[in-house]
Amino acid sequence: MLRIKGLTKRYRTGDMALTGIDLDVPDGQVMALIGPSGAGKSTLIRCINRLVEPTAGSVKLNDAEITSLGSRELRHARRRMGMIFQEYALVERLSVMENVLSGRLGYVGFWRSYMRIFPQADIDEAFRLLDRVGLGQMADKRADQLSGGQRQRVGICRALIQNPELLLVDEPTASLDPRTSRQIMRLVKELCIERKLSAIINIHDVMLAQMFAERIVGLQLGTIVYDGPPGELTADVLTKIYGEEDWSATMRKVDDDGQGAADATDNGVAIEGRLPQRDRMAGLT
Amino acid sequence: MSIAAATPRHWKKPPAIKRAWLRWALVIGAVVYLAAAVGTTEVNWTRVWEGLPRGERFFAAFFPPNFTARSGDIIDGILESLWMTMVSTVIGIAVSIPLGIGAAKNIASPPVYYFCRAILAFSRSFQEIILAIFFVKLFGFGPFAGMVTLSVATVGFYSKLLAEDIEDMDFSQAEAVRASGAGWLQCINYGVQPQVMPRMIGLCLYRLDINFRESAVVGIVGGGGIGATLDTAFNRYEFDSAAAILLVIIGIVMLAEYLSGYVRGWMQ
Repeated sequence: MLRIKGLTKRYRTGDMALTGIDLDVPDGQVMALIGPSGAGKSTLIRCINRLVEPTAGSVKLNDAEITSLGSRELRHARRRMGMIFQEYALVERLSVMENVLSGRLGYVGFWRSYMRIFPQADIDEAFRLLDRVGLGQMADKRADQLSGGQRQRVGICRALIQNPELLLVDEPTASLDPRTSRQIMRLVKELCIERKLSAIINIHDVMLAQMFAERIVGLQLGTIVYDGPPGELTADVLTKIYGEEDWSATMRKVDDDGQGAADATDNGVAIEGRLPQRDRMAGLT
Repeated sequence: MSIAAATPRHWKKPPAIKRAWLRWALVIGAVVYLAAAVGTTEVNWTRVWEGLPRGERFFAAFFPPNFTARSGDIIDGILESLWMTMVSTVIGIAVSIPLGIGAAKNIASPPVYYFCRAILAFSRSFQEIILAIFFVKLFGFGPFAGMVTLSVATVGFYSKLLAEDIEDMDFSQAEAVRASGAGWLQCINYGVQPQVMPRMIGLCLYRLDINFRESAVVGIVGGGGIGATLDTAFNRYEFDSAAAILLVIIGIVMLAEYLSGYVRGWMQ
């Protein structure tokens, strides 16, 4: 359970990125965070693992108060939060395996990590995860040799090998084509269900958010302006989050894609699980 | 359509300096200064003319290069220069790595950053010859002073380029490593090092090359190595031996150039 209370971030330039955010994410919930560019979505998830230092407020993961931790405890807390990045953020000149194993750095001492001597259990888990996302053969390839979708799957493995309790996902589909975007989102969703993980997913694409999240939070200028199920995301709500626009096309497409995606088969990733019924019905009409 | 048919509107690229008087003052000032500088340069053409046959005799004295008369001195000088080159490059780079990391604004905290930048600016502010004169005064004649000179010069060169390369890196890669709970050294090793390594190895080879050439220069002011041998040959008017030394330097620099190019190509 993640509990955020009164979270505020003011940048040194004086810009208020977040103004007193209150947000609870129960265990196992997949939550999408939508909102226009500059609304504070990235800042919010970076304040949770303190890649960005919050100015005020409290972030509690289970019982641990994240905001008051010293640097060693903070590193231990970060091990419990996996993060998936926009543009993948893989270390491009390292191999796929090194990238995945870098998710274990919080558990391994410097010299062992420097010599690339990881515990056998970590290596087994890395191979298992790579096989799970369909990249078992790619372990020794350099990360920059992979395609966008493959890289993001490596990014997912790197986050999951931490064995986290919470996934922080920052624009996972920002540079992927529509089909790959759906595959990646489906994979994240399924892995969350498999491992009973909760997740906060920053996403620009409202349709994808509605298809794959069970709860949607809309952020505007650092304030939560919507918090509810995907089904209640009406044109009025979208206008409140993003501003005045003709939303009818977005809403109709949601319906079409919602049905199409559930039927689509996935060749790159061996996904057997079917989406829950509510995701098929995620359309608005 | 009627709007498009209206009178054509004038467009000109806006000038880089907006104030017209300032723009013209700068242009006219530059032209006047250049004209004055050229006009006041005194060239004594008779002296240039007389100098030509002297230069010819000087060059003629170089030929044929004599490798044998001072072969012992030449070999000693080359070995000393190679020693200076190797040791100064290794020491210089070893010092540069922590300094360069500290001088990278995106990963160092402000006090560390300013401290490292200050050291860096200091070691870059003097040209090798001036450093060499200083260190020769400090440690006396010989290759040790030359080695220290080249080490300091290497630090200024290498740590600045390392810092700039770190500042240019993709920060999100390092951030991703940090987000996994990695320690500071692990972040450097996993997030930063892979991004800067290829260029840094290339620069290391390049610096090796520079240090060898500079070792010939610092020798002339007393820093030992092949430069000292060359200086001695000139002072004794043994131009044939000096020619031999110059040829050896050229040969070794070309060899180093070729090898470092080859190694860099192989690394990519």
